[in-house]
Amino acid sequence: MFCEKAIEIIRELHRMGDGQLPAFNEDGIRQVLEEMKALYEQNQSDVNEAKSEGKSELIPTIKFRHCCLLRNQRCIAAYLYDRLLRIRTLRWEYGSVLPTNIRFHMCAEEVRCLKDHGEFEIDDGTIILLKKNSQHFLPRWKCEQLIRQGVLEHIMS
Amino acid sequence: ISDAMSDDHDASDMSGGDDGQEDVMTPSELIRKLEEAWLNEKFSPELLENKSERVECVMEQLTHMEANLQRVRKGDMKASVHRMEIDRIRYVLSSYLRSRLQKIEKFFPHVLEKEKSRAEGDASFLSPEEFAFAKEYLANTETYLKAVALKHMPPNLQTVDMLKAVPEPCLDSFVFLRVRARQENILVEPETDDQREYVVDLDEGSQHLMRYRTIAPLVSSGAVQLI
Repeated sequence: MFCEKAIEIIRELHRMGDGQLPAFNEDGIRQVLEEMKALYEQNQSDVNEAKSEGKSELIPTIKFRHCCLLRNQRCIAAYLYDRLLRIRTLRWEYGSVLPTNIRFHMCAEEVRCLKDHGEFEIDDGTIILLKKNSQHFLPRWKCEQLIRQGVLEHIMS
Repeated sequence: ISDAMSDDHDASDMSGGDDGQEDVMTPSELIRKLEEAWLNEKFSPELLENKSERVECVMEQLTHMEANLQRVRKGDMKASVHRMEIDRIRYVLSSYLRSRLQKIEKFFPHVLEKEKSRAEGDASFLSPEEFAFAKEYLANTETYLKAVALKHMPPNLQTVDMLKAVPEPCLDSFVFLRVRARQENILVEPETDDQREYVVDLDEGSQHLMRYRTIAPLVSSGAVQLI
């Protein structure tokens, strides 16, 4: 049945609880894209046939394939966007440096998207929060981030 | 917060920039207004009007307080209390900005659409930095989707309409509120075939749990405070 692979990758993501990021299912995505290509090509030839030979009985099949294409697109977009949302939540939690085991599960474009987005966020934060000389603020904030990442330890003296 | 602030007499005379309603405020009024904006933003399901002049004023105020703190004798007990006060205000400020940023991220296509379609004279919902952030966020997301999947799809399916794909804020969620100025004839439920219209009066000082959509204009006018 069409769109099964698409549902499978979404289910796989859904199965991992909130806040966890499984490995990027490159193979799954590739299979869905291939299915989409096949459906599209079949539709193209059917559309040509329907037009040139007036075979209107092909139209329901064409519509059906189009629905499958839309569903596959929607599933892929949902899968990718949900991953982005999870990464974003992790980013808010961990700050600018994500633990290596999480980065391991991200694909190259996700890292690039994160970096662009991340740089801007830091800039934005810098502009808004540190505009009027907050020397005390920055070190404390940086320390807090680093403490959460396990790089620094808070010593009560 | 009295000592650290009133030591510097310049600090007590602050104008609120272009916003005509906030001409001159005492420091404690300013902080109170920041806290009100912070609570409203925290509990509102949608992004509220931006209060960047208030943010600027608070930043100035913090600078003054820091400067005053330098002048206090080291080891003086007052110093640690003032230090705590400064940290507290800083926390409220960054929590406020963080709330806004998270809402911008969550509803980015709708936030940008709202900003695009607002009239010339209306107040902006986003500060210039927030606007730039939202635009960049949209661009990054679209680039990501395109690069990973969309460009490999059939030609007629290579775009995704973000406005349709990303959910809108739920304006029907319920919020707690306290009434600051008495309101009469607030329409809670409109008249339908099955029921008469349900209208309430809100007394000053009373607290309610209502649908955000009903009282949204009252939040922006300052007539009610979300709690």
